[in-house]
Amino acid sequence: MNMQTRIPAVELHEPDFRARAHDALGDPQLRGNFRRAMDSLMTKRAAAFSNPDEREDLRSLGNAIRARALSKLPDLLEQLERNLIRNGVKVHWAETVEEANDIVMSIVNAHEARQVIKGKSMVSEEMEMNDFLGERGIECLEADMGEYIVQMDHEKPSHIIMPAIHKNAGQVGKLFHEKLGVDYTTDVDQLIQIGRRVLRQKFFEADIGVSGVNFAVAETGTLLLVENEGNGRMVTSVPPVHIAVTGIEKVVENLRDTVPLLSLLTRSALGIPITTYVNMISGPRKAHELDGPQEVHLVLLDNGRSQAFADSELRQTLNCIRCGACMNHCPVYTRVGGHAYGEVYPGPIGKIITPHMAGLTKVPDHPSASSLCGACGEVCPVKIPIPALLRRLREENVKAPDAPNRVMRDQGRKYSRKERFIWNAWSTLNTSPALYRVFGFFATRLRSLVPGNVGPWTQNHSAPKPAARSLHEMAREHLSGNSGDKQ
Amino acid sequence: MSELFYNAVPNATRVAPPRPAPRQYPNRKPKRVYLFGTCVVDLFFPEAGMDAIHLLEREGIEVIYPQAQSCCGQPAYTSGYTDQARDVARAQLALFAGDDPVVVPSGSCAGMFREHYLDLFKDDPQLLEQVRHLAERTYELTEFLLHVCKTRLSDQGRPTKIALHTSCSARREMNTHLHARELLSQLGNVERVDHDHESECCGFGGTFSVRMPDISGAMVADKTRALKESGADQILTADCGCLMNINGSLEKQREAIRGQHLASFLWQRTGGQR
Repeated sequence: MNMQTRIPAVELHEPDFRARAHDALGDPQLRGNFRRAMDSLMTKRAAAFSNPDEREDLRSLGNAIRARALSKLPDLLEQLERNLIRNGVKVHWAETVEEANDIVMSIVNAHEARQVIKGKSMVSEEMEMNDFLGERGIECLEADMGEYIVQMDHEKPSHIIMPAIHKNAGQVGKLFHEKLGVDYTTDVDQLIQIGRRVLRQKFFEADIGVSGVNFAVAETGTLLLVENEGNGRMVTSVPPVHIAVTGIEKVVENLRDTVPLLSLLTRSALGIPITTYVNMISGPRKAHELDGPQEVHLVLLDNGRSQAFADSELRQTLNCIRCGACMNHCPVYTRVGGHAYGEVYPGPIGKIITPHMAGLTKVPDHPSASSLCGACGEVCPVKIPIPALLRRLREENVKAPDAPNRVMRDQGRKYSRKERFIWNAWSTLNTSPALYRVFGFFATRLRSLVPGNVGPWTQNHSAPKPAARSLHEMAREHLSGNSGDKQ
Repeated sequence: MSELFYNAVPNATRVAPPRPAPRQYPNRKPKRVYLFGTCVVDLFFPEAGMDAIHLLEREGIEVIYPQAQSCCGQPAYTSGYTDQARDVARAQLALFAGDDPVVVPSGSCAGMFREHYLDLFKDDPQLLEQVRHLAERTYELTEFLLHVCKTRLSDQGRPTKIALHTSCSARREMNTHLHARELLSQLGNVERVDHDHESECCGFGGTFSVRMPDISGAMVADKTRALKESGADQILTADCGCLMNINGSLEKQREAIRGQHLASFLWQRTGGQR
């Protein structure tokens, strides 16, 4: 009896994209919020790249810089480590998020830290650092305004650049009123001021500041971090200890490489020429300096990136500079929003990177959740062929689980003998002219027998009804003698 | 880097069109072309295929329609069944082996020939040469009429307003939207009206429409609404996957308006008889 009454544990990563997407599609408030926001971002990006020739040249350059960096990734990472150590930064390597969290915890313990303040970092989201530290009695507060809002509402970011984009001003006003006891307002400037006042105090109380990294420059050992709110500069300079966390793919060869990448990043993301803050962090406070942390750490996280790196096609996934333009332009993301994906990275980039991080087992539907319209690939600043990679992941997803030449550690999550049989039959039909002719004859002659309900298609459409005669027949009659067939 | 939220503007519009591909077109009209009808046209929109044949014949071009043709292989390819797609592709490849251009009345299938066969046969050096030769000779119908035939259309219809939907793969792989617009601009009594989020996908995506019917349905609902609200008398597209999706949805919604293949529209507007 006890067995039956036990409540099953709630899975954090519920692998049911379809159910969440279905719910999101039925939420007009959510759909309106995303549609308006994405429309605005698309317009801003288009305006920021008003010269298409310049845009395409820059994208080609961005692609070449990232491809070059990845082509010598192991060497660049070693060079980065050497130069960071020379600059006084402590470098840590983590293969998994567990290892990364343990490293952070050991630094927390070494300083007997109680409060951590964190700038925006998607890698820290991968690590679920807030929860990890929270469970161990350490307060980890988000200092980025969007992240601060979603943390306050016990949510996850719904966009990699704008974590709270799923909320409108009214929803944020209500949240602040309830959680902070301030008067309800929908004035965006006022809301930001309310948040900033709370955070300002926290910067000075925190024992450790955590940040992400946009580019790690191998040649100089510099960590480059861009942001618009100043929270990034605060978390990296006010607390006595700074921990930067980043993925191993974020390394670039030299400072010169960062200039076009920064331009691509900010224009693609928000349609702005440059961010308010561009932080270049090259080590802890030096003897003659008046501010800055006494200790700087960098945690380099793999978390499945090596799997993508090992395949020359899938490697292109790691070109990503996390601008979010692919989601801003994605008709699927625009309709279901970021939370439907159920993972750290939503949208097109999430669909191609999460299978390496969380595994296809956790996101079996992600590769299929695209019409392959190509909008993402068209706007990607570093030319990741996202539709081609989605197609490739579909191939890995339907492979037999024990097929050789394994690329994904959990290939074949959507393997189905029944579906494979159907495609084999489809292939036989389309490679046998006689069979195809017979099929065409019966499909057209028996067209009135098409049932009114043909599965998912008739959810949105009338039943498909073939024409009375096929083009093969009509063309044969019209072009008698021009069939090109030798027989 | 983050922003709280945006002062969003309603009806913000579209992605800038990509630059036209620097494709070299032959200077002279060929004597003969192959028509690859595509499986969807073959079974669902054969009149569009016939109108494509009529348009080409009016240009003084002999049309060859190999009877052994079937599908380009795209449904299996985009579903991840690469081997099955390759077998079907190989069968088509053998049928269009000559030097004559191959004209396709559907942008995404033309894109399959031009772009994706190169991927399918990348490890087959013997066939790759043949694949390249096919890719070079493959034209989407509107592109072929405009740039190879340099056709001049003379409008014989009454004034009408049309909305043009272009398939995404065709738009991004073949620049079909530009070619179709230019052809339509030759018709004096035809006014092309924009529709909201014109460059956005109609939600078809091949098997996506049955694998993810909720999302696909939301997309086609938005697309058909935009088309209806555009004020157009007629809806045109040069891609039969989209046409099947849009028309099937309109019929389900019990709307009177239907999309028509551009080939049929062009043929009828210029005095063509069926």
